[in-house]
Amino acid sequence: MTTFDDIQDKVPAPSLEKKISSDRVLDVGFWGLTLLLAISAGAVLIWVILQTANSSLPAIQQFGLGFLTTMTWNPVTNIYGVLPQIYGTLVTSFIALLIAIPVGVGVAVFLTEDFVPRYITTPIAFAIELIVAIPSVVLGLWGIFVLIPFLRPFFQFLNNTFGWIPIFGGGAPRGNNLLVVGLVLSLMIVPLIISITRSTFEVLPPSLRAGSLALGATRWETILKVLIPAGLSGIISSVMLALGRAMGETMVAAMMVGNANRIDISILQPGATITGLIASQFGEAGRLQVSALMYAGLVLMVLSLIVNILAELIIRRFQNIE
Amino acid sequence: MTVNNELINQSQAFSDSTSVIDVEDWNVYYGDFHALKSIFLKVPKNKVTAFIGPSGCGKSTLLRCFNRLNDLIPSFRATGRMTYHGQDLYSSNVDAVQVRRRIGMVFQKPNPFPKSIYDNIAYGVRVNGIKGDMDEIVEQSLRRAALWDEVKDKLKQNGTAISGGQQQRLCIARAIAVQPDVVLMDEPCASLDPISTLKIEELIHQLKENYTIVIVTHNMQQASRVADLTAFFNVRVVDDKRQGYLAEVDRTEIIFQNPKEEATQQYVSGRFG
Amino acid sequence: MLSIILTSLTFIFTTAILIPLFMVVINVSAKGVNQLKFPDTFTQLPPPPGLTEGGFGHAIIGTLITLAIASSIAVPFGILSAIYLAEFGRGSKIAYLVKFSANVLTGVPAILCGLFAYSVVVMPMGGFSAFSGGVALAVLMLPIIVRATEEALLLVPNEMRQAAIGVGSTRFQMVISIIIPAALPAIITGVVLALARAAGEAAPLLFTAFNNNFWATDPMQPIATLPVLIYFFSIIPYKASQDLAWAAAMVLVAIVLIFSIVARLAGKQKAFYS
Repeated sequence: MTTFDDIQDKVPAPSLEKKISSDRVLDVGFWGLTLLLAISAGAVLIWVILQTANSSLPAIQQFGLGFLTTMTWNPVTNIYGVLPQIYGTLVTSFIALLIAIPVGVGVAVFLTEDFVPRYITTPIAFAIELIVAIPSVVLGLWGIFVLIPFLRPFFQFLNNTFGWIPIFGGGAPRGNNLLVVGLVLSLMIVPLIISITRSTFEVLPPSLRAGSLALGATRWETILKVLIPAGLSGIISSVMLALGRAMGETMVAAMMVGNANRIDISILQPGATITGLIASQFGEAGRLQVSALMYAGLVLMVLSLIVNILAELIIRRFQNIE
Repeated sequence: MTVNNELINQSQAFSDSTSVIDVEDWNVYYGDFHALKSIFLKVPKNKVTAFIGPSGCGKSTLLRCFNRLNDLIPSFRATGRMTYHGQDLYSSNVDAVQVRRRIGMVFQKPNPFPKSIYDNIAYGVRVNGIKGDMDEIVEQSLRRAALWDEVKDKLKQNGTAISGGQQQRLCIARAIAVQPDVVLMDEPCASLDPISTLKIEELIHQLKENYTIVIVTHNMQQASRVADLTAFFNVRVVDDKRQGYLAEVDRTEIIFQNPKEEATQQYVSGRFG
Repeated sequence: MLSIILTSLTFIFTTAILIPLFMVVINVSAKGVNQLKFPDTFTQLPPPPGLTEGGFGHAIIGTLITLAIASSIAVPFGILSAIYLAEFGRGSKIAYLVKFSANVLTGVPAILCGLFAYSVVVMPMGGFSAFSGGVALAVLMLPIIVRATEEALLLVPNEMRQAAIGVGSTRFQMVISIIIPAALPAIITGVVLALARAAGEAAPLLFTAFNNNFWATDPMQPIATLPVLIYFFSIIPYKASQDLAWAAAMVLVAIVLIFSIVARLAGKQKAFYS
């Protein structure tokens, strides 16, 4: 059994040189492996983009940019265009944001101000996080069998009374329309806006609020004119991320938008979204149709990339400034 | 450069001992910032060498050059020669991991691993591929660190669950368990109470029989109590930045009672720092 | 005056979003519980259209299998990448680009992950398979795991690294024996949360794993999963199928809930260093 004393006497000036030992091989190998995988992880995004573009090529070659302005989607004659879908995606997302931004900022204010004590806001904040956990297909199921029947009379009322306004016009609404999809989407994206806006408010220096109040401003003046502008970058990036999520949501759209290949100014009428199109068509699609669907996916990808990259840049730029 | 000539003479203190680490014209840069200038020093074997001096004089920086720990800082760069038993520590042929297995370190704030006391010591032993009866090695290390009696019944307890002074002795045990040649200590008692500090100072006296110790300390009295050789570092302002240099190095008695440099005299009598 | 209106608005808004949440939970539980018949729902296959007996045990198994395939790809890939980002390449240009890319990838719609898996796996293979579904879900899970693991590793104090290095560890030894065990609770939380997210997704599976009406465990064949089953059954005009959809929805929500709770519990097991 070696003891300390034995070893201390024996080892005079051991070599410090680099040797090829199992330790070194493992160390360098491990470093190399993690580097390789990190680069690959970064490359996945690029691969996804390239692969989708590649699979869309036949359709791109066939239809070119006209794909974006054509309204026909006909598997029989093999003519495809996604204008109605782009319209539907944009309109439903717009409706969702129109609701989710004020509600989201408002609830974020509610949760950060002290209108009610902590023991009330904490469970509420927790419950809001739960919304995110609900799978979208479950929301779609609920939408079809609970929400739409519930709202149908309301839609009919709008249509009867205000049908002369174009956005409420058209034939008798049956429930599957752009409005109801926008409503459910707003529910899905509002927790995102709330949580990011809250964090933004929470990292604002307390001296900001104290300074404003000290000048005689009321609580709401402080919120509207000082805190929200100061947190604007966070709010904007949360809105961009929420927009991305709304545009990319599939199941709710597929189950509730009606999948009608048309553009109608009325939000009480059925429509189509890019995601709904892809989801409902893939089952029995032929070669060119598959490529056309890939092309549609590419369009969605471009839209979502623009939005997400902008959001990322805004976050990074303002993180560096603060 | 009269200062340097005198330094070389002063470092003849302990010239009868072999020098374990030899520092020649060592300069440290962080990026463009010249942090440490022109250090000449010989660390004698089986003695305690103390680095003292005001904040920012580079004593910890120099200490960390000995075990290549500054490699972890991306902007770190050094010129000069630093040898260990005659081998160039910074040659491109040298494996920093091997250096750290010979030159151990105890840090300012005790940093035991979140493992049991036993495993804290066993980890280093295993990692260095040292063969032997682990139980015996753990016991010997803890005895040499004057901690065995206090923890022998609770070796399975988490290393962070003991007191600060005990944690630091555990870190010392961990360092010596891997059978180093040199033990570097970077202000080891800075976060400890006076009683634990005293225990560790006693420990240092015992340890120097088997190890070469280099200790950085803010506490001059500590240096005068434990060190055989004392190196006094000072700061000068160059281009609005503070640059460290070695002002004087000699036997501890001389540094504290009869230093050659004015600055040394002022520092040890408490006039600044 | 304005102040009162605005404050009331925030109250109203908060209630307004909590109501649908409660409605969903209540409806799904009520309708779902109604339709759950032990053990049939879990042990039987779906009935032919029009009949009332049956279950979706095969879909539960299918969900578990696709999640297992997805994890076996995304977990090692994600953790090892994060190790590079936090330990070896911290602050480097590569790390910056990889993190940027991972963040953008989290925003890519789930259905596009399915399209990707379709063109990379289904088309060459010539058919749907559980494996392609696993690939689609892995693309979904990867950025979540990378981000969560990197954060977990960054939380480990630097003193630990210095101690390990100081005692002569190689980087490999330090990471495997010291850093990972210390960061493990947070890493597990991240992985389980990624699983919770992937478990609920139907879109990526619609044309990868597709569907299967029989007990199936072959990863190279199409397989049923709970989310896809809910979607398909919701559009079948027979009440029996729709009832099963509700029951399946309840089971799916329960699974996601269990994952979320496990994630939170794992996170609470703080390592000793705090």
